[in-house]
Amino acid sequence: MNLRPDPTFHATAALAMKAPVEKLAFTLMLSPDGSQPDGLAVVDVDPSSKTYGEIVHSLFMPNKGDEFHHFGWNACSSALSPLTGHAFYERRFLIIPGIRSSRIYVIDVKDPLDAKIHKIIEPEELMEKTGYSRPHTIHCGPEGIYVSTLGGGGEDGTDGPPGIFIMDCETFDILGRYEMDRGPQDKHYDFWWNLPKDYMVSSEWGLPPQFENGIVPEDLLSNKYGHSIHFWDLRGRNNIQTIDLGENHQMALEIRPAHEPTKEYGFCGVVVDTTNLEGAIFTWWRNEDGTFDAKKTITIPPVPADPDDLPELLKGFSAVPPLVTDIDLSLDDKYLYVACWGTGEMHQYDVSDPMNPVLNGKVEIGGIVAKKKHSNGSDFGYGPQMVEISRDGKRVYWTNSLYSTWDDQFYPGDRGAAMVMADVGENGEFTLNKDFCVKFPEGYRSHQIRLEGGDCSTDSFCFPSV
Amino acid sequence: MEVTEPVAALWGAVILSGLYHGLNPGMGWPLAVSAALMERKNSAMPKALAALAIGHFLSMALILLPFSLMASLVAWESQIRITAGIFVVLFGIYLLINRRHPRILARIPPSKLALWSFLAALAHGAGLMLVPIYLGLCAPENTGMNHEAATTLMAGNAGAAIWVAGVHTVAMTVAGGFLAVLMYLWLGLKFLSKTFFNLDIVWALSLVFVGAFGVYSAAEL
Repeated sequence: MNLRPDPTFHATAALAMKAPVEKLAFTLMLSPDGSQPDGLAVVDVDPSSKTYGEIVHSLFMPNKGDEFHHFGWNACSSALSPLTGHAFYERRFLIIPGIRSSRIYVIDVKDPLDAKIHKIIEPEELMEKTGYSRPHTIHCGPEGIYVSTLGGGGEDGTDGPPGIFIMDCETFDILGRYEMDRGPQDKHYDFWWNLPKDYMVSSEWGLPPQFENGIVPEDLLSNKYGHSIHFWDLRGRNNIQTIDLGENHQMALEIRPAHEPTKEYGFCGVVVDTTNLEGAIFTWWRNEDGTFDAKKTITIPPVPADPDDLPELLKGFSAVPPLVTDIDLSLDDKYLYVACWGTGEMHQYDVSDPMNPVLNGKVEIGGIVAKKKHSNGSDFGYGPQMVEISRDGKRVYWTNSLYSTWDDQFYPGDRGAAMVMADVGENGEFTLNKDFCVKFPEGYRSHQIRLEGGDCSTDSFCFPSV
Repeated sequence: MEVTEPVAALWGAVILSGLYHGLNPGMGWPLAVSAALMERKNSAMPKALAALAIGHFLSMALILLPFSLMASLVAWESQIRITAGIFVVLFGIYLLINRRHPRILARIPPSKLALWSFLAALAHGAGLMLVPIYLGLCAPENTGMNHEAATTLMAGNAGAAIWVAGVHTVAMTVAGGFLAVLMYLWLGLKFLSKTFFNLDIVWALSLVFVGAFGVYSAAEL
């Protein structure tokens, strides 16, 4: 506890945009075959530094086979919520779950170049206290740290539905399950909320047997992956509405609400439409009467391809699906970045009118068939995947791995980890930065990125910008 | 009631404690700023302040009224005041040791400001801070009513409890409202986080201090 709020907490998104720019990024490294321990890379993103674009510190875990995926902070701007009145936490710890091992690491990054393990929560404890497994998304909310999980109990995580649990943001003790009434929710992936308006939105990927050993084509073609989004009374902890996006809209993943709390809409990315292989973005919104609606506002078509150029999984389709695997919204709610991991494109949509997004720019890099090199000539394996935007919206960072076993199905062989960055100009010009291209240690893949002092998918703001 | 010097000082303490509670962001003034900004209308602020005031007032009254019954037991007056003072000191020490904030507050929807204010004041012992001051006001030497019948005393004490809670709440609302208006109209939200100070320790020590004062003044009798 500090005497003053952490200077990286901001009352509004506009204030966060004006804060000093990030100098360091934290990127997760995973060993796809579990032969080496997973780790946290601290990347220098300060252009004036001699070690710009290099990993300046790495912390490897004492276990193997965790499979790092998503992670988050112990505290963010949500601490300034007027309902708490106790904004004195430090943004100091990174909560890193192992999505395969169900182990959770709490890493102290007060001195990022000396990042160290603060606490380890073993899978048995998580299971005993929550009945959940495969922890995933982290957000700081009312009462503590909220963590979504992808699995329930039992060896394969199918004994009971997955859900969200809450951790204490100081002791990191697991407090227990979030849900009082989950309604029809039986799968899980991402979640986020509007704190002052008191609602939460969650999404669905699939159950552990549907992803741990690779994508299950039969399940996909019979539309058995998640295709609903759920709306919750946040503090009441109950599901108030479930919207089925249509069973062909397989894998509703990232939930990105507008950062401005007076705006009651947001986006959700859908990986693939099984009727036509399109990728899609839905815009969801809250009506005056408190009910929610969702509408498909972006579609991205597949690209025809020679079956000889395609992995086994896609040969029968003679096309590359865009595979919308991650999306991220800039803090001014203006640009939505959409990763097309299959075709190898990062799209930038102007979503000033959330019901009518306009494609404003794109960067082509990697891709199953296109295999486009970086503009600086280096190879870029896989496709653009986890994307993170700087608070000021001027730099967009991304990595290239989706999930170990899925990488191998869509991109057979080892293609190497990458982390690149694109600049966004004054008028939104979106161009790949030639100088920023991070090299990772041999045998690792790269996943989510977090920026020092917060970024566009961590902080929840409790006050509107005026 | 004749206004003697100690009585004036005690009423001063009631007002001061109100101002103190009002300035503490933990008692809710940021919610009034948030209400005006979220609803995009100025009138939302006085409404929010009123809801916060109602909750705070009820919380004060809930704590003070039971003491108004006990305070009429004139024969045990000093024992009651000493016990109450010790209890307030202990609660302050408890808050010093247990620096966790009650999780139940996080379950209250932002739309229920009066309930939030009521429970926030209760959980942080805001009402307890008034108890020694209030008991001082009820003391026979300050009321001049030591020869009245117990029922009259009781009614008088209950009325005093409402007055103390009311005056305290008005002072709190004025202080909190002042900060909220300042933030909303002139300073902007950049200053919001700058006005937040961690008052946990100061708050707990205030309880210890007020409780000790209660014990001391009762022991003087």
